Amino acid sequence: MSGASVSAEPPLREAPPPDVPAGESRWRRWLIAAAFLAPAVILLGIWVVYPAIRTIIRSFFNAAGDHFVWFANFEELFTTDLLLTAIKNNALWVAIVPLFVTSIGLIFAVLTERVRWSVAFKTVVFMPMAISLLAAGVIWRLMYIQDPNQGTVNAAIAAVKGVVEPEGALPTAEPSSPQLVGNPGSTLTLKTPLDPGQVAVLGLSAIPDADVPEGAKQAVKPPAKPDGITGVVWRDFKPGGGKIGKVEKGELGLPGVTLELKDSSGKQIATATSAADGTFAFERLAQGSYTVAISGDTFAQPFAGVDWLGDQLITPAIMIAYIWVWAGFAMVVIAAGLAAIPRDVLEAARTDGASEWQTFIRVTVPLLAPILSVVFITLVINVLKVFDIVLSVAPSSSQDDANVIALAMWRVSFSGQNDFGVGSAIATFLFLLVLPVLALNIRRFRREV
Amino acid sequence: MTGTRTYALAAAAIAAIAAVLVAASVASGTAPKRHVTPKVSGTISIISEATGPEQEHFKNVLADFEKLNPDVEVKYTSAGRNLTTILSTAVAGGNPPDMALLPQPGFMRELVKKKALKPIEFLRPTIKKNWSAGWVALGSVGGKLYGLYLKGANKSTIWYNVKLFKKAGVKTPKTFNALLKAAKTLKASGTKAYSIGGGDGWTLTDLFENIYLRQAGGSNYDKLSAHKIKWTSPTVKAALQQMAKIFSDDSNIAGGTSGALSTVFADSVTQAFGNNPKAAMVLEADFVEGVITGSTNAKPKTDFNYFPWPAIKPGTLNNVVAGGDAVVMFRDKPATRALMKYFATPRAANVYAKQGGFSSPNKLVKGSAYHDPIARRAALALSHAKVVRFDMSDLQPAAFGGTPGQGMWKLLQDLLKNPKNVNQIASQLESAAAKAYSGGK
Repeated sequence: MSGASVSAEPPLREAPPPDVPAGESRWRRWLIAAAFLAPAVILLGIWVVYPAIRTIIRSFFNAAGDHFVWFANFEELFTTDLLLTAIKNNALWVAIVPLFVTSIGLIFAVLTERVRWSVAFKTVVFMPMAISLLAAGVIWRLMYIQDPNQGTVNAAIAAVKGVVEPEGALPTAEPSSPQLVGNPGSTLTLKTPLDPGQVAVLGLSAIPDADVPEGAKQAVKPPAKPDGITGVVWRDFKPGGGKIGKVEKGELGLPGVTLELKDSSGKQIATATSAADGTFAFERLAQGSYTVAISGDTFAQPFAGVDWLGDQLITPAIMIAYIWVWAGFAMVVIAAGLAAIPRDVLEAARTDGASEWQTFIRVTVPLLAPILSVVFITLVINVLKVFDIVLSVAPSSSQDDANVIALAMWRVSFSGQNDFGVGSAIATFLFLLVLPVLALNIRRFRREV
Repeated sequence: MTGTRTYALAAAAIAAIAAVLVAASVASGTAPKRHVTPKVSGTISIISEATGPEQEHFKNVLADFEKLNPDVEVKYTSAGRNLTTILSTAVAGGNPPDMALLPQPGFMRELVKKKALKPIEFLRPTIKKNWSAGWVALGSVGGKLYGLYLKGANKSTIWYNVKLFKKAGVKTPKTFNALLKAAKTLKASGTKAYSIGGGDGWTLTDLFENIYLRQAGGSNYDKLSAHKIKWTSPTVKAALQQMAKIFSDDSNIAGGTSGALSTVFADSVTQAFGNNPKAAMVLEADFVEGVITGSTNAKPKTDFNYFPWPAIKPGTLNNVVAGGDAVVMFRDKPATRALMKYFATPRAANVYAKQGGFSSPNKLVKGSAYHDPIARRAALALSHAKVVRFDMSDLQPAAFGGTPGQGMWKLLQDLLKNPKNVNQIASQLESAAAKAYSGGK
C-alpha cells in the first residue's frame, strides 16, 4: 500500500571535488556510487519498473495474452459499466478521506502537544498503523456485524438506544388471524368493532417460549358481560398449529399485556391489563361500538442493528476504518512539523494579543502548510490505490457496491474472470490517475530542498 | 492386573508375532521379486476449498495415506472460497500445487484447455469398475480421464432441528407446499424456520437447482446447464418465484434477509444446531452433517436429522442434485500417482466416511462405513436416485457459476435482498451467462 507514498529523495547535491588526481578518483567515485545504488536499483527494477512496463504492454493484449488488440481493453473500460461504481466510489474516497485524515491528524497533533501523557496518547492513536490494512479490515468487518449481540458498533448503539426506547414484552409476536390488523412493531387492532356484551378474542403467535411472561396460565375465553367488553389475549399456538382463533387446551394466556379501548371516533377511553389466563374486561360501558387494540409498547422492536455491511453503508463504513488506521500517521507527521515551528513566532502572536484560536488559524496552520500538503497528497495517492481494506471489510454480497478501481482490477484479473488484458488496462488507467499527483509531490520536495 | 495375566498376554503376543513372522518369511520366500513395489517418497502439495471441520476430516484422510507411505509428506492448503482465483493465478504464474480438489467440472475443463492438468488414465480400469458412468463422464475431458471423484455430495437434503420440529408439532414435509406450511407453523411456535447461509452465494445456487430440477425436470435442467435455454425462460422465472416465496418470508429467516446475507454457510449450520438455536432448518447438502458433528454437540436422530428435498411436481421427491469434489493432478510424479491410487481405494473413503458429512461415489464403500444411520441414508439416496443431476452452477464457466460477488452467486444474493425482482434478476442472469459463455468478451 505504501509503495508510492515513499517520498522521492531530494536530488543529491554535487559534492565539492576532493584534492585527488582526477582520473582515478572519478572511477572510484562512480564505483562507490554504483555500489550504493545497486541494491535499490535492482530491487526497484525487479519489483516496480519491470512489472509496470509489463503491465502496460499486457494491457494491449487479449485475455489469453496471444493477440494484440490495440485499445480494445481500454474501450471496454469506458464503454461498459465495469468501472462505473468503482470510479464513483474512488472519487468519493479522494474527496472525503484525505481531508478527514489530515484534519483529524492536525487536531490530535495540536491537542496532544498540550496534554500530559501525550506520548502514551500518541502511541495509542498511532498503533493502528502497525496493523496491516488487511487485518484492520478483518477487525472492522467483525465490529460491523449487524446483530447487536455480535457486532461491537451496533452493540454500542443498542446500549444507548435500549435506554431511550425499551424493548417490548413480545417483540416478535404477530397476529394469529387476519382479524387483528397492524404492522409488526405497532399497535394491533381488532378489525371488527364490538358492542358491550361481546367478547374480544385476540390471538398472537410467533412468540418464543422465552418471551412468554412469567406466571402465564392456561388461556380461558371469558364469559360475556352485558354492560362491558371482556376478552382474552393469548398465545394462539399449540404443537401442530392448533385451530387458529380458538382458545384451546394447552395454549397459554399472556398476562401483563396492555389493552386499549377506543370509541367510535377513535379516541382512547380506557385501558386494561390482562390477567394470568390472558383475560381482561372493560366494564360499565355505555351503548355504542368500540374497538379493542393491543398497545404498541408490547411489540416495540429491539434495535435490529445498522446494516453497516449492506449495499447502502458499505463505502462510508470502510472509509471510517481507513481513517482510523491513517489518522495516527497524519498525527505523527504533523506533530513533528509542529515541534519545528519556532516558539518565538507563537509567543510574539500571543504578546500582540492574538487569541489561541487566532494563533492557531493565522500562525500555526500557515507555518504547517507544507507538512499538511505532504500528508494530504500522500493520502490522495494511497486512497486512489485503496484495495485491501475494501476487500477485507466488504462481504462478497456487497463487494459490487463497495467497488474501487484497484478492486475492480483484481476482480477482473483474478477472481474467476481471469482477464489479465482488461485487468492490466485498469491498472494502467489507475497508474495514469496517480501520476499527476505523484509529479506534484515530487515537485514539492524539489522546491523544499 | 495380576502378574500371571500380564505374563499370559505377553506370551500370546509373542506367539502371534512369531506366527506373523513365519508367515511373512514363507510368503517372501515363495513370492517372486516383481511384487515388491518401489517405495515412493517426496512431498505433495494439495489444495481444496475445505475449511473448518471439513478440513480436519480431509487432513485425517491424508494422514492415513502418510501412514501407509511414511516417506511421503502431504502439505494441505485451504483456499476457502477463493479456490478458482488461487488456482488460476497459480497456473498463470506457472507454479500450481501438485494436486487439487475441484468442486467444479466447468473449472476442470478450463484447466484442461490451458493444458494445466495431467491425465490419470492409469486409473481408468479401477475407476470404470467402481464408479458409475456418470462420475467417469464428469471426470473426463475430450475422452481423457482427469478427475477422480473422491467425494460425492447429496445436495437434495434439508437438515432440521428435531427438537424444534417436535415442539412446533411439525412433521417432515413431502411436498414444497407442505414445506412452506411447516415453515409457517414453525414461526407460529416462536422459532424461525430458515437458516440461510446467504453470505456464500453457492448455498443459494443449490437452493435454485433443487427447485429447478423438481419443477422444470431433468431435460430442462440439462439444457439450462449448457445454456441451451435462456435464463429469461419461463421455467427459470417460475423457479425463481418459488425461491422468492422462501426469501420473502423475511420474519421467518434467522437474522432476516440482511442477516442471512452476511451469514456464511458454516454459521448457518451452527446457528440452527448450536446451543441456542436461532432457526429450525438448513436447506443444504449432506455435508451439513460434518459441520454439525464438528462444531456442535447435537446428536443424530435426537437433535438433528434430514429429510429429502420435498417434491414440487409429483414424483420428484427422490430427485437428487449431486455435487462432488474431483481430485486432479497438476504434476505427474510417483508420489502424486500414489496418492491418486490411494484415493481410489475404499480405504480412503472409509476413513473419510467414518467422520460424517461425506458420501462416496465409490461402489466398493459399504453402508457400514458411514458415521451414522443418517449419513448412510443420505449416501445411499445419492447412489440409488433415478434422477441425478450435477450441481448446475459447478458446470458453468467459473466466472458465472463459481465466483464470489459475480454471476449466479451474486445475482441470487440480490434476489434474497429483494425477492420481488424476479424478472430483473432473470435478465441479469442471462446477460451474465451470455458474457461468461463467450469467454468474457
